[in-house]
Amino acid sequence: MNAPLPTLLDIPDFCLVVLIGATGAGKTSFASRWFKPTEVISSDHCRGLVCDDETDQSASADAFALVAAIAEKRLKNRRLAVIDATNVRAADRKSWVELARRWHALPVAIVVDPGLDVCIERNKARLDRDFGPGVPQRMIQEIHRGLRGLANEGFRQIWKLSSVAAIEAAVVERRPMWTDKRDDTGPFDVIGDVHGCLDELRRLLESLGYVVEGEGEAVAVSAPHGRKLVFVGDLVDRGPDVPGVLRIAMAAQEAGVAYVVQGNHDRKLSRWLEGRKVTVGHGLQESIDQLAEEPGEFRERVKTFLADLRSHYWLDGGKLAVAHAGLKEEMIGRGSPAVREFALFGETTGETDEFGLPVRLDWAANYRGRSAIVYGHTPTPDAEWVNNTICVDTGCVFGGKLTALRWPEREFVEVPAARVYCEPARPLVAAPETALQAEADRLLDHADVSGRRWIDTTLLRRIPIAEENSAAALEAMSRFALAPQWLVYLPPTMSPVETSARDGFLERPEEAFAFFRERGQREVVLEEKHMGSRAVVALCRDADVARRRFGVLSGESGQIWTRSGRAFFADAAECEALLARLRAACDSARLWETLSTDWLLFDTEIMPWSAKASALIEQQYAPVAAASHSGLALAHDAAARAAARGVPVEALRDRLASRAEKAARYGEAWKPYVWPVRSLDDLRIAPFHLLASEGATHFDKDHLWHMSIAETLAATGAQNVTTTRWRRLPLDDASACEEATRWWEELTEAGGEGMVVKPRDFIARGAKGPIQPALKVRGPEYLRIIYGPEYDLPEHLARLRQRGLGAKRTNALREFALGHEALTRFTAGAPLRKTHECVFAILALESEPIDPRL
Amino acid sequence: MYLSIATTHAPATDLGFLLMKHPDRAHDVELSFGRGTVFFPQAEAERCEAALILDLDPVALVRGRGGAEGVADQYVNDRPYAASSFLSVALNKAFRTAMTGVSRERPELAATAIPLEIVVAPLPAPRDGDLLERLFAPLGWTVDARRIEGADAPSRYVELRLAGTLRLADALGHLYVLIPAMDADKHYWVGDDEVEKLVAKGGAWLARHPERETIARRFLKNRRSLARAALARLAPDTEAEEGLEDEKAPPREEALEAPLRLHDRRLDAVVGLLKEAGARSVADLGCGEGRLLQRLVKERGFERVIGLDASTRALERAKERLKLDRAGGPSMERVSLLHGALTYRDARWADADAVALVEVIEHLDADRLPTLVEIVFGAAHPKTVIVTTPNAEYNALFDSLPAGAFRHPDHRFEWTRAQFHDWAQVIAKSHGYSVAFSGIGEEHPELGPVTQVAVFSR
Repeated sequence: MNAPLPTLLDIPDFCLVVLIGATGAGKTSFASRWFKPTEVISSDHCRGLVCDDETDQSASADAFALVAAIAEKRLKNRRLAVIDATNVRAADRKSWVELARRWHALPVAIVVDPGLDVCIERNKARLDRDFGPGVPQRMIQEIHRGLRGLANEGFRQIWKLSSVAAIEAAVVERRPMWTDKRDDTGPFDVIGDVHGCLDELRRLLESLGYVVEGEGEAVAVSAPHGRKLVFVGDLVDRGPDVPGVLRIAMAAQEAGVAYVVQGNHDRKLSRWLEGRKVTVGHGLQESIDQLAEEPGEFRERVKTFLADLRSHYWLDGGKLAVAHAGLKEEMIGRGSPAVREFALFGETTGETDEFGLPVRLDWAANYRGRSAIVYGHTPTPDAEWVNNTICVDTGCVFGGKLTALRWPEREFVEVPAARVYCEPARPLVAAPETALQAEADRLLDHADVSGRRWIDTTLLRRIPIAEENSAAALEAMSRFALAPQWLVYLPPTMSPVETSARDGFLERPEEAFAFFRERGQREVVLEEKHMGSRAVVALCRDADVARRRFGVLSGESGQIWTRSGRAFFADAAECEALLARLRAACDSARLWETLSTDWLLFDTEIMPWSAKASALIEQQYAPVAAASHSGLALAHDAAARAAARGVPVEALRDRLASRAEKAARYGEAWKPYVWPVRSLDDLRIAPFHLLASEGATHFDKDHLWHMSIAETLAATGAQNVTTTRWRRLPLDDASACEEATRWWEELTEAGGEGMVVKPRDFIARGAKGPIQPALKVRGPEYLRIIYGPEYDLPEHLARLRQRGLGAKRTNALREFALGHEALTRFTAGAPLRKTHECVFAILALESEPIDPRL
Repeated sequence: MYLSIATTHAPATDLGFLLMKHPDRAHDVELSFGRGTVFFPQAEAERCEAALILDLDPVALVRGRGGAEGVADQYVNDRPYAASSFLSVALNKAFRTAMTGVSRERPELAATAIPLEIVVAPLPAPRDGDLLERLFAPLGWTVDARRIEGADAPSRYVELRLAGTLRLADALGHLYVLIPAMDADKHYWVGDDEVEKLVAKGGAWLARHPERETIARRFLKNRRSLARAALARLAPDTEAEEGLEDEKAPPREEALEAPLRLHDRRLDAVVGLLKEAGARSVADLGCGEGRLLQRLVKERGFERVIGLDASTRALERAKERLKLDRAGGPSMERVSLLHGALTYRDARWADADAVALVEVIEHLDADRLPTLVEIVFGAAHPKTVIVTTPNAEYNALFDSLPAGAFRHPDHRFEWTRAQFHDWAQVIAKSHGYSVAFSGIGEEHPELGPVTQVAVFSR
C-alpha cells in the first residue's frame, strides 16, 4: 500500500473508463455506485445477451464484440462509457485504448484491487462462479505485472484503488473537458493569426471596444462591453513585436477576457523554449531574437503560457468552435493526439507543393457539422464562409490585414497591415473564379440525399422524406435533370379546390372563396391559369454572374427548367435566345437596379402547351378525338336506323347522340392550347412570381407586388412576354364574389383552363399554421382533357366527385415549404447541398403515388 | 366501338337465328367493364345487319371496380372507343353459341359459307405497311380499310370493311383473334389462360396462317414466352424461329455492334485489364444489368466487386443475373450492388482499387463530365481507372448509320481518338495519373478500333 489513497477521481465528463480488477474485486458494484446503468457496459451482461448464460466463457468472443459495439456507439455520440470486465492483461486493454483514440475520448483506467482474500471470499459466495482460488490469484498477479505499464499503454488517467477502504472512500467526479466551454455564451471576437503584429492588434482591439492600458509588463486588457477575445493561435514568429503580442494575450487571458488556442508556431516556440531540438525556420528566429532581449522571468511565463494552450475551444452552447487549423466534426469537444495534431496542422496529404508547403486536404469542403468552426493557419485574402467554417487568417504579417469575426453577429472587423513584415512563401491565393463555397460544393455527396431523410424548414419544421422516394428522385435527378447548380428551386404541386356539388360541375370558384374565408383570409388574388408548361427561369445578367453565383461550369447565362428539373429546351441556343429577350425586358424594366441584383429567378408558364406536349397530344389526346368521333357516329347512325324501323333503341340512340356531342366538345377543348411553334417568336411566357434575387427571396411580398412585376415586364413590350389576367377579391363582399365567379365563367367559356386563387400574402397562415398557398379552379371544358371526354355524364360525375384531396394538399404544402426553404438557403449563401437537399426532397415527394388528375 | 355483321344470303333475316338474337329487339350484354347492346339496324330478306355497340365505363377503367385495379392509368385514353380486346370479349359473350358453329334453328346454314359484310370501327392499324391485308386476306376476306382523319393528320385508326363468303363462326373467330392482334395496345385480359383462348379460337386456321407468328405475338401483348408456348401448341412441327423479336427494334447500338460480338469482347478486355492492374476491389460504375460484374465475380482475384447504377430496374436485373440473393450465389460481402449516381461523391465505393467506366461517359451531359472526373479521379482517387467509349471515327464503317449520327440515341457525344486522348491527358496531368490508350474490336488501319480504351494508373 505504497500508493497514496486517492479519494477524488477527477475524470472528464467524456471519456472511456476501463475498469481493471480480478473476478470478485467489486468492479460492478463500484461502477453502479458512480455511473449510470446506461453508461456501464458489462461483459457478463453481454455474455448473457448473446447466449442466456452470463458465465458461459465460450461466448466470450461474441460478448466482447458486443461490448465493443455498444462502447463505440456511445463514444460516437460523445457519451461516457465504462467497460466492466476484468481487463487483466495488457492485450485485453489494448483494444479499449484504440477504441477511445478512434473517437477521441480520453482512456481512463481504474484499478479495483481489494486484495486476493476478498476476491476469493466473494467468489465463494457466488454460486455460479465455482472456480477455485487459483483464478483470482493469477488475475491479480497479472494486473500487478501490468500496473507500471498502463501509462505506456496509452491511458491518460490511471486511478488505483488498492484496498477495500480505498474503494469505498473513492469519489468519482466529472469535469467538463478543458476545451468544453459551451457554458460561455460570449459574445466573442475571434482574432486571426497575429504573428507578432502588435500595432495592428492594438488597433483592432481598440476598434472592437477593448481597453488596453499600460506598457510592457504592466499591460492590462479589459472588456467593458462584456465581450471576450478568442485568438485562433500563431501569436508568434515572423512579425515585429512577438513579446508585445504575447503580453497582451497573456494579460487578456489572465483577466478572463480571452481564450487562446495553440497554433503550430506557438507550439514550436514552446518546444524550443523547453529546450527541445527544433528546426529554426518560418520566422521562428524572429521570436527567438526578440525574446532574447526580454527578462528570463518573462520567458518562463511565456513557456508556461504556450505549453498550456488548448487545442481548441467549444463555445456558446456548442454553436461555435475555434481551432488553429480547423477541426473535423467528430473531434469537437474531444481530446486525443489526433485532435491536437489536426487542430494544429489541419489535414495534409503528406505531399508538398511547388512552394515547398504541405498540400492540404480541404477538410472544410467536407464539413457537415452544426458547430461553426473558426480557424486560421492558412492565409487567404478575405475571410469567407464555407460549409459553416471560416478561416480568419487574412495574412496580416504578409501585408494583408488582421481580421476579427464578431460572434454571434458574424460581422468582420478588419485592420489593414501597416506594411509587409514577411514575404509569403506562396503568394496569397487570388480569389477564385467561383465563390469558395461553390468550389467546396462542386461535389454533392450521396450520403446527403439517400435513405430516409428529414428536412428542417422554417415554414413547416421537419419534413420527412421516405427512402423509396429518395431513391426515385436520385434516378430522376441524375439521369434527366439539369446540373444541380442550376436547380435551386422546383415549383410545388397545386391542389384543386374542394369538389363542387353543383350539377354538371366538378370544380367551382365558390368553394375556393369559402376555403380561404374559413381560414381567416380577407382578401384573395385571382389569377388566370395559363395552359402551357410550368417553367422556372434563372436569369443572370451574363455568364460570369452565372458562374460566380450559381457555380455552373457550362458557360450558360441562365437556365429554364420544368417541374421535374429537366431542361425546358433541348437546344441550348434556343434557351439562350429566350433568356436574352427576357434579359432585355428586365433591362428596360430596370429590375436589376430596383432590386440591386445581377440575377433573377422567375416562376412562369410557357405557352403553347403543344410546345412541350406534342408527343402527348399526338399519342394520347388526338387519337381519342378521332376514335371517339368515328365510332360514336357509326353507332349513332345504326341506332337511328334501327329505331326508325321500330326497334326499341331510342334511349340508346339519344345517349349515343349525347356522347357524340361530348366527344366533339372534347375535340375542341384543347385547341386553344395548341399552336405551331416554328420559331422562338411563337412562344409566350407569362411570369407570375419573382421568386428571388441577390440576397433576398420575395416570399415576403404579396401577390399584388408579384403581379405588378409581371405587368411591368409585359409593359416593356418585350417579345414573348405575356401578361396574366388577374384581380383582387375581398372575400367579405358577396357581390364581388359573384362578379368574380362570372369572371371565371367567362374565362373558361372562352376556352381558358381556369384560375388560381391565392391568399393575398404569398405565405399565408391560418389558425393552425401555413395554409395552401394556392388552389386551382378548372373549367368544365378543360376538365374533359383531364377526366375524359364524357366525364360530365351524371353517372360518371357522381363517382368522380369522390376524390381525396388530403394527400395532394399535404404534398402541396410540404413542397411549398421546401421550395421556400431552398431559396431561403440559396439566397443566404448556404452550401449547394443544403439547397439541393430541399429541391431533391421536392422531387422525392413528387414520386409519391397521388392521383395525377388532381 | 362499333361492329356490324351483315349478310345478303336469302333469307337474310336468318342471321338472327345464327346469332340467336331476335332482329326486332335490343339485346343487352352485361360485361364486367361496361355494357354492350346488339340490335339490327336492318332486317330484310335481301339484307340483314346486326350491330354490336359497346359502352365502356371509363371511370371503372381507371379506378377499377370493387377491389380490382383499373386497367388504364389515364382517363383520356382510346380504350372506350377503339376496337380492342374488349370487343373480342363482348363478341364472345354476345355470340358465344354462334362462335362455336352450332345453330339449333339453322344447323346447315351455320355450316355453310355465306356472303358476309363486316364493319369494325375504329380499329387501330399502323399507318404504313399492309398488316391488315396480311392478316385478313389469307383468310378469304376482301379488305377495304378507310383511314379515319384526325384533326390535322390521318389518325392511327381505320374503319375496316371486310367482305367475303365464309362460315359465320369462322368470321367471328377471325375477328376475335385479329382485332386484338391489330390493336397493339394494352389488352384487357391479363396473362394465364391467354394461350388457351388463342388456341381455342384460332385453332385450325391460325396454324396455317402465313402470319401466325405475328398474330400470336401481337395477340399475346408481345410477351415472348407466351407467344412461344402458343406457337408450339399451334404448330408443333415448326420450331419457333427467330421471328419473335420484340416489337420495338433493338437499340441501334446493339444492332450495329452485334455482328462483331463487340460487347462481349469489350467486357473480356476490361476484365483482362483489371487483372493486369492487380486490382483486388473493383467498382463498375454504371454497371447496368451486371454483365461486367458477372465476369468479375468469376475471377477469384477480385475480393470485392461493386456495381453502381442509377437505375433501380437495371440493378434488379443485375441481382437476378448474379443470383445475388440465392443460395450458391456470390456472397453479399464480396459483391454489392449500389443504387447511386455518378453525379454524387460516394464513400460506398470510393475505396476500390480500380474503377471501370465501360461505355458510360458518353451518356453524360458535357457539363456533368467535370463532376464525374472530380468524383472518380479527385475524390475517390483509385489506383486504376479504365474508361471505354465509342471511337466516332469508326462510325463511318457502319453502313446503316447515317453520317454524324451516334450509335445510341442516348449518347450525348461520341469522340474521335484525338478528342478522347485530349480529355484523358488533361485528367492524367491534373490528378497525377499516367494514361495508356488501346482499342477493342476490329481495328481499321486509318479509322482505328471500334471502341477506344484509356487505362489510368498511379
